[in-house]
Amino acid sequence: MISEQLAGKRIAITGSTGFLGTALVERLLRQVPDCHLVLLIRPGRRSNPDQRARREIFRNDAFSRLLGELGKDQFWEEVDRRVTVIAGDVGTDGLGLDADGARAFADCDVVIHSAATVSFDAPLDGAVEVNLLGPTRIVQTLHELGAAPHLVAVSTCYVAGNRRGSAPEQLLSDSPFHIDVDWRAEVKAARRTRADFDAESRSAERLEQFRADARHELGAAGTPLLSAKTEQLRQRWVSEQLVEAGRARAASLGWPDAYAYTKALGERALDESRGDVPVSIVRPSIIESAWAEPRPGWIKGFRMAEPIIISYARGLLKEFPGVPEGVIDVIPVDLVVASIIAVAAKGAASDGSIEITQVASGTRNPLHYRRLVDLVSTWFTENPLYDRKGQPISVPEWSFPGRGAVERQLERVQKNLDRADKALKLLPLRGRQAMINAEVEDRREQVSRAMGYVKIYGAYAECEALYGVDNLLALQDSLDDGDKEPFACDPAIVDWSHYVREVHLPSVVEHARVKTTGERSDPDARTRRLRARVLAPERHLAAFDLENTIIASNVVFSYAWLATRNLPPRDRMRFTIKTLGEAPGLLALDQRDRTDFLRHFYRRYDGASVAEMDRLGQELLADHILTKAFPAALRRVREHRRMGHRTVLITGALDIVVKPLGPLFDDVICSEMSQLEGRYTGELLAVPPTGEVRAQALRDFADANGFDLAESVAYADSSSDLPLLDAVGFPVAVNPETRLASMAAKRGWLIENWSKAGAGTDKWLPLGPLPTPRKSRR
Amino acid sequence: MRKKSEPTNNPRPGFVLEVDRQTPPILFHHGEGFRLEKLPIGRSRVIYPAEPLRGLDDPDEAIREALLNPIDEDPLPSLLHPGMKLTIAFDDLSLPLPPMQRPDVRQRIIEAVLDLAAEAGVDDVHLIAALALHRRMTEPELRHAVGDRVYEAFAPHGLLYNHDAEDPDGMVILGHTDKGEAVQMSRRAAESDLVVYVNINLVSMDGGWKSTATGLSGYQGVKAHHNVHTMRHSTSFMDQDNSELHRSNWRQGDIIKHHGPRIFQIESTLNTNTFGHDGPMAMLQKREWEWSMVDRASFATMQAGLKRMSPRARRMAFHSWRAPYDITSVQAGEVEAVHRKTTEMVYKQHLVPVEGQTDVVTMGLPYLTPYNVNSIMNPILVMVQGLGYFFNLYRGRPVVREGGVLIMSHPTPWEFHPVHHPSYIDFFEQVLADTTDPVEIEERYEKQFAEDEWYRHLYRTSYAYHGVHPFYMWYWGSHAMQHLGQVIVVGGEERAVRRLGFKPASTLSDALEMATDVVGSKPSITHLHNPPILMADVSAGSA
Repeated sequence: MISEQLAGKRIAITGSTGFLGTALVERLLRQVPDCHLVLLIRPGRRSNPDQRARREIFRNDAFSRLLGELGKDQFWEEVDRRVTVIAGDVGTDGLGLDADGARAFADCDVVIHSAATVSFDAPLDGAVEVNLLGPTRIVQTLHELGAAPHLVAVSTCYVAGNRRGSAPEQLLSDSPFHIDVDWRAEVKAARRTRADFDAESRSAERLEQFRADARHELGAAGTPLLSAKTEQLRQRWVSEQLVEAGRARAASLGWPDAYAYTKALGERALDESRGDVPVSIVRPSIIESAWAEPRPGWIKGFRMAEPIIISYARGLLKEFPGVPEGVIDVIPVDLVVASIIAVAAKGAASDGSIEITQVASGTRNPLHYRRLVDLVSTWFTENPLYDRKGQPISVPEWSFPGRGAVERQLERVQKNLDRADKALKLLPLRGRQAMINAEVEDRREQVSRAMGYVKIYGAYAECEALYGVDNLLALQDSLDDGDKEPFACDPAIVDWSHYVREVHLPSVVEHARVKTTGERSDPDARTRRLRARVLAPERHLAAFDLENTIIASNVVFSYAWLATRNLPPRDRMRFTIKTLGEAPGLLALDQRDRTDFLRHFYRRYDGASVAEMDRLGQELLADHILTKAFPAALRRVREHRRMGHRTVLITGALDIVVKPLGPLFDDVICSEMSQLEGRYTGELLAVPPTGEVRAQALRDFADANGFDLAESVAYADSSSDLPLLDAVGFPVAVNPETRLASMAAKRGWLIENWSKAGAGTDKWLPLGPLPTPRKSRR
Repeated sequence: MRKKSEPTNNPRPGFVLEVDRQTPPILFHHGEGFRLEKLPIGRSRVIYPAEPLRGLDDPDEAIREALLNPIDEDPLPSLLHPGMKLTIAFDDLSLPLPPMQRPDVRQRIIEAVLDLAAEAGVDDVHLIAALALHRRMTEPELRHAVGDRVYEAFAPHGLLYNHDAEDPDGMVILGHTDKGEAVQMSRRAAESDLVVYVNINLVSMDGGWKSTATGLSGYQGVKAHHNVHTMRHSTSFMDQDNSELHRSNWRQGDIIKHHGPRIFQIESTLNTNTFGHDGPMAMLQKREWEWSMVDRASFATMQAGLKRMSPRARRMAFHSWRAPYDITSVQAGEVEAVHRKTTEMVYKQHLVPVEGQTDVVTMGLPYLTPYNVNSIMNPILVMVQGLGYFFNLYRGRPVVREGGVLIMSHPTPWEFHPVHHPSYIDFFEQVLADTTDPVEIEERYEKQFAEDEWYRHLYRTSYAYHGVHPFYMWYWGSHAMQHLGQVIVVGGEERAVRRLGFKPASTLSDALEMATDVVGSKPSITHLHNPPILMADVSAGSA
């Protein structure tokens, strides 16, 4: 009996937070009552290994069954008693173990190594560090600790590479198709590739390009945000180059991708370095949702096939490459778990060789690609997803084209969307119109993702290797009668039709949180929810931008109004037209740098009388500001005040313009001009609060008044306000311009579209009213 | 002096027309436009107002006469002496409607009063626009009311200004009535030796103690009677003898009489010559079957022109109209005595005897209410025009029976003036989205709006109605809301009409059809013909 064989054993597991690892932990806890688990978990950026274990493993719904059987208290007691968590990372030499960790690790009887970079588009060097070097690091550490437990290393069937025909359960070096490459040289090369691309990314031309791209994406968001974005783009570029390099290197040696390639070399390296550590290798094919354990359909994370299936059901992926008579080698996760446990219980081969067990369905119980597509398409025809309008989406019919054709089709679509995106970003759109761009961008991303799937997974769908499972069947046979059912690992037990229709697809659809009914979801429900969060009593500070957030006006307009107020009628029009004529130039300056623009523009106030401007400021409110105001914005400010939130106006506009709005807010932070003998000088007293200065001003304000920005709200309209919006926990995009609209949509911010009450009460041109004509009939 | 086309000594009284086969389509005001509607034959009647009364031949002489020989009061010159504090308060922008051609009657009266004050050597004179919680008047509006000469002599020195009911130092409480009603007044007026109040009495609600007790008051004083209870017990508020609104104002007047400044009340009445006896809109105050070929042609031309104009241009065109009213009487002296005489004159112009109530009343609403002069007639003002003013223009009993249907015609656009009506916007968007029940609205929301700092700021420094004002509009309609079975708006913007709690209909016949669900088939219909204004004197009996 397995439970007896493993009783009292200490089993170390790497990769326990992953899909397979979690299933493994669950099964061991539930079905092997007397073993002790040592989980090697990498410290997260914000959480320690214990916290990760709790959150990512034990709170997973895989444990619902055990939790139900034991009850809450006993469950956690069981976990505490039987599980030891140690900090460790297979990507570091020595596994990054501390003294306690090393002791716990050395005491183990079995080590199950399931940690891997499974994402099929991992950067080359990352995959090399984890997949290639991981197993070797483990045995080296064991050597150093003087321990020799049984190491069960999880690999993949695809180490066999892209080839047709049978791929038996043997070491790669024993295969006639083996290409002998030096894994150490590959490691070096991968590390050098990283260094090369990193160096290239720092070249002047590249950096210039990243800056330009950042500006295109964010607009005039201020230096700090643009720099952060530029750096992010640089790193992303390096990473993309490494993904491509990985794919290219893998393909050149006959593997479908970097994952299979690094895994294959990992096996080689392990074989070379294992020394006296007994090793078994388990090679699953494509692991998918559970057949029966811990419950049918259980799955963790969104994996390889799921995004493809959902994209297909959404009508997005109209074609997918593949050979219709080819075999899609899928294996439910519980069969893999059972195999691993059975291998662990059985122990390594007595002759010191590495025993390999492939867990795959292709030879024993093949699922042909056409059959899978039929099952999927029939299921989605019967259980369609629904679009936003509540209409069912009919799934496309696949014609099994070659990979090239599909890629070309997607590329065409993407090009068109790219063009639309560029054009839209150039237009001065706001509010609802700008949301179109957010949709285009959304669509563009979906297509680009679809293209990614085709590139990455297409190779798998075209793979026609047949993986031998003789050892697996022997393993199943060798099980005691009592273990045969609970630890069943024979792929023949899977009824594909039942599995696809009743187990896998319902689970995938549930996980994807897609619309499965025709009920029209309330389109405003989300907005209402976000609005309620913004207006919740726990918030305590609300910051508002002025232009296009509270009023549909800008500094140029208010200046023109003030300046024309006392001009004779003939000059008024000429003046305003002239000022507006300069608008394009001003606008360009504004887009580049708002601070420069304001400084440049405010020079015009040079020599204006302070007293006169004060007087006009009041008139400006009624004649200009209020007619251009968004009543909903004014209402929102006061709603915040009623909730007891402190409200602050932060704007680059001048104090003379802002003053009449003062009573609306608790505080006002704005630009101020210096004065000389009762006249303005046209020079600012301080850097105007725009861009990052505005964010800093808010930060200072919050610090000075004891507010927490995470509990604060900010309202603004353009990407130059990003620093302000980014600074708070609850950003609100008001009538956002194109860039901000797509960013807000992507980040799930509240978007408000506010309009003027107007009905033609505001003027087309910002002209101050004429002095009242004096006429009398008497 | 008098134009030839003007009817002279014998204007015809108002009357009730039974609609028959010969009746031409009837004119309905429809905001900044008009509709001609056929009313069902045999069960419809139209109440026509009297023709404009003859005006005074020499208004200035009549004014002087009134000041020198006041009713129950000493002649004005005897009340004026050097060193005294004199305050002249005058009705604001809300009167008359539409504004009258220059010179405004206020200008004539104020100039006459100032002449006497100058003769008497009075040099401490303030002029206050008695706007209570209305919006401040702009410079052009003040100039129009008092004339350029008065404006330029006083305004630059800060002696002519708008009443500020929210000035923390500028208001006093004179006392409380036996019913606990606060009597509040502008400090300057309260501390004056004499307050001369210059009134224009367009409808019978205006004037009397309401001039000073309301016009120079603030929220504390006004809320004593601007509430749902008072309005529901004012049947109607146009009929002083049956109006709780007036009883309350008169009680407050009693406090002013004993604890406040001496009041010298000057009231004037205008006739209903709104659109002139000739000119582009003259046909509007003629009876349809008397339209000449010229009238028909100019009406058709006007309709075609209006159709082509933008809403903004249409609004500007109508709001620039200045009515050629004639002054029909001026009386001065003790408030109550003066007002009795005034009311007599108003009734003489407005009252039309009507026999019995009706199942359905129809009305065409014009572009103007007291609260949107030079502004936008927002949906709340549409409600108040129909259910506040027109519905209440009755004596005896409402024109429409209890549970009957009121059908009004107005485009009712979802539009607001952002400067004049900021609190209306929020009232409409927030309060009415929640409930239309006046009692609930009064309980749950009034205080919040009345004491809102931002509204207060806008009322005091900009040109906004007080934060509480939209509530008063809603209360103004509460008597009608309680009385009526249904309200239908013809040709209104559907969303806005529904927000008001009313039913939208695209045509009058649709509306009449919808009304049968409430009042049964073949209901009796009565149309209140407008312009000009009339007041129905409804007797018991069947329509």
